Amino acid sequence: MSDDPRERIIICRCNDVTLKDIEDIIDSGITDIEEIKRLTRIGMGPCQGRTCLPLVAGIIARKTGKKIEEIELPATRVPIRPVPMGVLAGDMDEE
Amino acid sequence: MRLQEHPIIDFTKRRGRKVTIYFEGKPIEAYEGEPIAEALHAAGIRVLSYTPKLNRPRGLFCAIGKCSSCLMVVNGIPNVRTCITLVEDGMRIERQRGLQPLPKNVKSPRWKDAEKKYGDIIVIGGGPAGLAAAIKAAENGAKVMLIDENPILGGQLVKQTHKFFGKREQFAGVRGIKIAEILAKEAKDKGVEIHLETSAIGIFQEGDQKMVAAVKKNTHLMEFYGKAVIVATGAMEKMIPFKNNDLPGVYGAGAIQTLMNTYGIEPGKRVLIVGAGNVGVILAYQLLQANVEVVAIVEAMPRIGGYFVHAAKIRRLGVPIYTRHTILRAEGKEKVERAVIAQIDEKWKPIPGTEKTFDVDIIALAVGLRPSVELLHQAGCQLVYVRELSGYVTRHDKRMETTVRGIFVAGDSSGIEEATTAMLEGKIAGLSAALLVGKAKPAVLEEIKKYQDDLNEFRSGPFGQHILKGIEKVMIHD
Repeated sequence: MSDDPRERIIICRCNDVTLKDIEDIIDSGITDIEEIKRLTRIGMGPCQGRTCLPLVAGIIARKTGKKIEEIELPATRVPIRPVPMGVLAGDMDEE
Repeated sequence: MRLQEHPIIDFTKRRGRKVTIYFEGKPIEAYEGEPIAEALHAAGIRVLSYTPKLNRPRGLFCAIGKCSSCLMVVNGIPNVRTCITLVEDGMRIERQRGLQPLPKNVKSPRWKDAEKKYGDIIVIGGGPAGLAAAIKAAENGAKVMLIDENPILGGQLVKQTHKFFGKREQFAGVRGIKIAEILAKEAKDKGVEIHLETSAIGIFQEGDQKMVAAVKKNTHLMEFYGKAVIVATGAMEKMIPFKNNDLPGVYGAGAIQTLMNTYGIEPGKRVLIVGAGNVGVILAYQLLQANVEVVAIVEAMPRIGGYFVHAAKIRRLGVPIYTRHTILRAEGKEKVERAVIAQIDEKWKPIPGTEKTFDVDIIALAVGLRPSVELLHQAGCQLVYVRELSGYVTRHDKRMETTVRGIFVAGDSSGIEEATTAMLEGKIAGLSAALLVGKAKPAVLEEIKKYQDDLNEFRSGPFGQHILKGIEKVMIHD
């Protein structure tokens, strides 16, 4: 790891995405939050974006000069909480 | 460490039966009724897991089941949110290391149909807004089901040891913890069906029928059917970017309150607080009450945002407040050992040479809250970003109904404000929902009007002007 302090600033705690990761992607020309989500997995960890999404929206706004009001949150899908598979699925075989 | 003495709460009376849990094979004393992560914290364990990619130590952050930073392996099952999962005697707990493999040799469970519950109104969230809504709706004859993922009712009131302002009927002079008890009792007395440790995972709709899918105790699926849903899911602590902002010991202000005010656990020895708004200054006072040292409060703004009376008290007690300062980094190997702050210029850039280092084991982030809107967003309610309300919020009308018919919102999930306004919004939402499902009589329109007037009155102060500006941006007018 280099000495870039941005590599020690964690934006997405679930998936270990750093400030540098996000800024590099924006610098490469990708500024859409949905695309950034697919590339970095922000918002896709167990917390479902509760911590990182507002931070990422703020970084996009700062780097692109957009107003944060113009940045929409990526879609929220069911289940909005981590759920053990065994709760949603089960063995259907007749005994 | 557990708090032995506290000027307001007697924890020796509050704690449940002693039990033994095993952390990585080592026995640890815990009390029934307390969550795993909190019990581990009392035993001095700060690192709960190591992250998948960078192998960084991870500890608590929100302590109310929202941030998922507390995932551990419990009885062989990985990814358990330990901050809201209660201890059980003999429980085996291990640190989660990266993407933990799933347990082998486990027989797949038999398929079970979800347990179904039927009523008129489903309230999601048992804090001040949700409880007030449930009480009002039940009072008017609606069958109300209230679900909350925490083990106790009251939301964040359960850690508010200070007395409230406002009018007598809005619990002026009463401590938050007491208000939680009063509201919880009233909800039960009015016949509200309460499901704790139950997480809503989605809202589904067909015609005018609504169904809330939920998971109880992380083990079984439940379906709640009704004609209206009131979303009162509260808020989530904000994180800010600084170096090592994920180090265990960087805690949300609310998490610290949960540890010390709800469970009587010493959060740390020496604390630096980031943010001198109301939460920051109240937290400082509560820490001092619990005999924890507060080394300083840093605030990026040129002025203190919190109520003057609180800030003055903190200063009198010798806690320095550094305005126009920010946190540069947390330092420490596995957990916070030091915090470095610096003064900032008018462009918010740190001024070289102004760094100060504090030996602390806790950095408390009191940098604001954001509304928890996930369920509203998932259900299709229109969201807008409103700075004055501290984040993305749903549009709603004067009766707190959102852009989706039959889905209401109340409290912090509709915009960050106060417990007092949360209760008023809850009452309005509860009455409006009871009207919609055909239970309340049209006469309640007058009662709704009264609470709307109370809201306006409460918001007539300087803080309120700011909120009103925000609300205007989300309000759907007739």
